[in-house]
Amino acid sequence: MATAEAIRALQDRFPELNLIARPLVTYADGRASDQLWIRVPPEHLHDVARFLHDDPRTRFEQLCDLTCVDYLNYPDAADRFGVIYALLSLTHNHRLWLKVFVNDPEPMVPSVTSVWRGAEWPEREVYDMFGIRFAGHPDLRRILMPQNFRDYPLRKDYPLTGEGEREDFELVTRESA
Amino acid sequence: MPVSYDLGLEPTTLERDESHEDHWTLNYGPQHPATHTTLRLVLELDGERIIGCIPDIGFLHSGFEKLGEHLDYNQYVVVVERMNYICPVSNDIAWHMACEKLFGLEITPRCKAIRTILAELGRLQDHLLNIGVAGLDLGGFTAFLYGFNERELINDLVEQLSGIRFHPSYTRVGGLAYDLPPGWTARALDLVQNRIPPALRDVETLLLRNRIFIERLKGVGVISHDDAINWSLTGPVARASGVKRDLRKDEPYLCYADNWDGRGAPAVQFKVPIAYGGDAYARFLVRVEEIRQSCSIIEQAVAMLPEGPINVTANAEVTLPNKDEVYFSIEGLIHHFEKIMTNRGHCPPVGEAYFANETANGELGYYLASDGGKAPYRARCRPPSFINYQVFPKLVIGHQISDIPAVLNSLNIIAAELDR
Repeated sequence: MATAEAIRALQDRFPELNLIARPLVTYADGRASDQLWIRVPPEHLHDVARFLHDDPRTRFEQLCDLTCVDYLNYPDAADRFGVIYALLSLTHNHRLWLKVFVNDPEPMVPSVTSVWRGAEWPEREVYDMFGIRFAGHPDLRRILMPQNFRDYPLRKDYPLTGEGEREDFELVTRESA
Repeated sequence: MPVSYDLGLEPTTLERDESHEDHWTLNYGPQHPATHTTLRLVLELDGERIIGCIPDIGFLHSGFEKLGEHLDYNQYVVVVERMNYICPVSNDIAWHMACEKLFGLEITPRCKAIRTILAELGRLQDHLLNIGVAGLDLGGFTAFLYGFNERELINDLVEQLSGIRFHPSYTRVGGLAYDLPPGWTARALDLVQNRIPPALRDVETLLLRNRIFIERLKGVGVISHDDAINWSLTGPVARASGVKRDLRKDEPYLCYADNWDGRGAPAVQFKVPIAYGGDAYARFLVRVEEIRQSCSIIEQAVAMLPEGPINVTANAEVTLPNKDEVYFSIEGLIHHFEKIMTNRGHCPPVGEAYFANETANGELGYYLASDGGKAPYRARCRPPSFINYQVFPKLVIGHQISDIPAVLNSLNIIAAELDR
């Protein structure tokens, strides 16, 4: 299986990181999902990404998606934010997920825009929604929320109804208009 | 309290170049007929030539992903289909296939065939509009109407199926809301055999060899094969740059996979159109050919449509009971409440799953994280419009301002999906 070979190549190249591939989900009947993820320490993310992109055995040419999960209330979670990189190889037709865990108060991950240009907007979106900064991003601004927005709305401690944004706007009544 | 209406342009992002005093800045949108939906661009122009472009998005941001964490797996389908409202039923299918990946379910053969037909009808809905609008944006209204007529018939089919023309909410975890109504497949066949081919011929006659149309699109918004991959482009946009990638062939699902009914049924036969130009015209050609292939897939899927249940099994823990049972028997009603009450029902295992469909715009995937509760812990959508739109400044820089509608349409940006 091509994914297993790619993971072996990655483990051979970075033996000191102790990279282990785990299935994304294990079903109740004991079957494991065919989708695998690897935990990567943030300081080595750039090297790992560059290797996965360039090496002929892995050839992950495309960053299919980049997102984040706030594991605040998640069962058995040790870290708060997991930035998730969904990699896709068109040559070998396989996928692999990388997870980089970061924590408060200053969640910071190196940007992978120098490896995959397509990471530019997804990284901005993760910054906008979760407040995770990407070191080395060419233009890290809010993308969906207005620039004067204070909070990070997809964090689990941010309520569904919002937090005080309505009070910022003056109430216009019939008399005052 | 005074409010600053900062629309997202910090002074550092578009600095006025004082050495070129004749350069000027133009605000394009968000309310502009050529942007179709609410998109805003800030352009720096040298005469009519674009030398700088900053897209400003987020006007339609409505927190869909946050809502997804508060609605259960069946409820959220109502929200996902409002992302890409041009082909809503494709969103339904993509969402519930991701849920089924998380639950570890294998759906029934009849359900697979019906979903295949609907996924292709969704592609037709999108492409018929898109190739018509390619003409409309450049000033040719007629082709738009030819495409739109047939699109209405697809909406009629969806209405007959679910009672709602635009947003059918037709899929459920492990199956479908209802079975096909009588006579539906005959109408669908009539549409793809007798209505769409002549309409497509009309559009082609009007546009395909129209010299003005070709000159407006050829060589405009070019992206190379390697750039298309590196910028994460998918779907017709990537295939028009020579990227040979179609999830229906590369990671087959539904009736695109061999042995989809478990009894050795062959996969539906179709070709994936690839173009090498990488420009707006190549994207138009790819979409035209995909319409033909979709019609052929629908014909094959209707011919192969098996009998049998549409839901995983009649008494499975996960699927909702049949409405006849719910309304006419007390056991059915109890069964129904056991499924939908907030503290009952079937929950997925703790874990995460990703599943993507090849929809009209490209790879539409959902990344789900579950903490074992009734609602997803995180419901991430990989929106093809969002990922494809980031390449837009690269495509228009160097072109004239009148090329913007042509490039915008060739990327097929749906703002509701872009901003979610």
